[in-house]
Amino acid sequence: MTASIARFGARYTERLFTAGERAYCDADVTRAPERYAARFAAKEATLKAFRPMPHDAVDPRSIEVRQLPEGACDIVLHDGAIALARRSGIVELSLSMSHEQEYATATVVACVAPLGATTRWPGPVNGTESVEETRSTSTSWDA
Amino acid sequence: MRNERIRAIVGEHGRLAVAVSQLNDDASLYQAGLTSHASVNLMLAIEEAFGIEFPERMLRRRTFESIASIDAAVRELTQLDFAA
Repeated sequence: MTASIARFGARYTERLFTAGERAYCDADVTRAPERYAARFAAKEATLKAFRPMPHDAVDPRSIEVRQLPEGACDIVLHDGAIALARRSGIVELSLSMSHEQEYATATVVACVAPLGATTRWPGPVNGTESVEETRSTSTSWDA
Repeated sequence: MRNERIRAIVGEHGRLAVAVSQLNDDASLYQAGLTSHASVNLMLAIEEAFGIEFPERMLRRRTFESIASIDAAVRELTQLDFAA
């Protein structure tokens, strides 16, 4: 992550992260790379929970990690990511991240519900007829 | 020429487990070791080298799957820029 930011600068961070994510990460210059790494891992873990097809196009910024006042983080979906979540039948996402100077990791647990269930994001569930299930994906990254 | 430039960029930024010279144009870069994060670096390097920007519709796994698929994407985007 450190090397990528050094090489590509703002082009890198602006393509992958929302303004809110950048504001939080850049608030501490020393820890910015590990914070970015954790958020990248969170986006990857979320995307994997959607089980995308090779032809699915997803802007990384459509999966946003939001810092909550109490210190925890959650996932906010936008645009194409919402469509993927609805197609997957995912109604809720839970995020856990951990990071240190050299490594970052993120785990996302996705709750899948039957057709017609309400979701945290706009629109009803489109996809599965399966009973409620959970999926858990984890991604770790070098900060 | 374009293919050679793309191969050079893949070699520099792809962090593959094998040398690019060992891969034919249709070989899977993911199977050769391209990770999600390396594909981001690869994308930005390609954009920089060719003066293009991949639109959201091309931000998919399939675009960076092989030398050939990257070449096709670059060809499409550079032709669009030329036509504009």
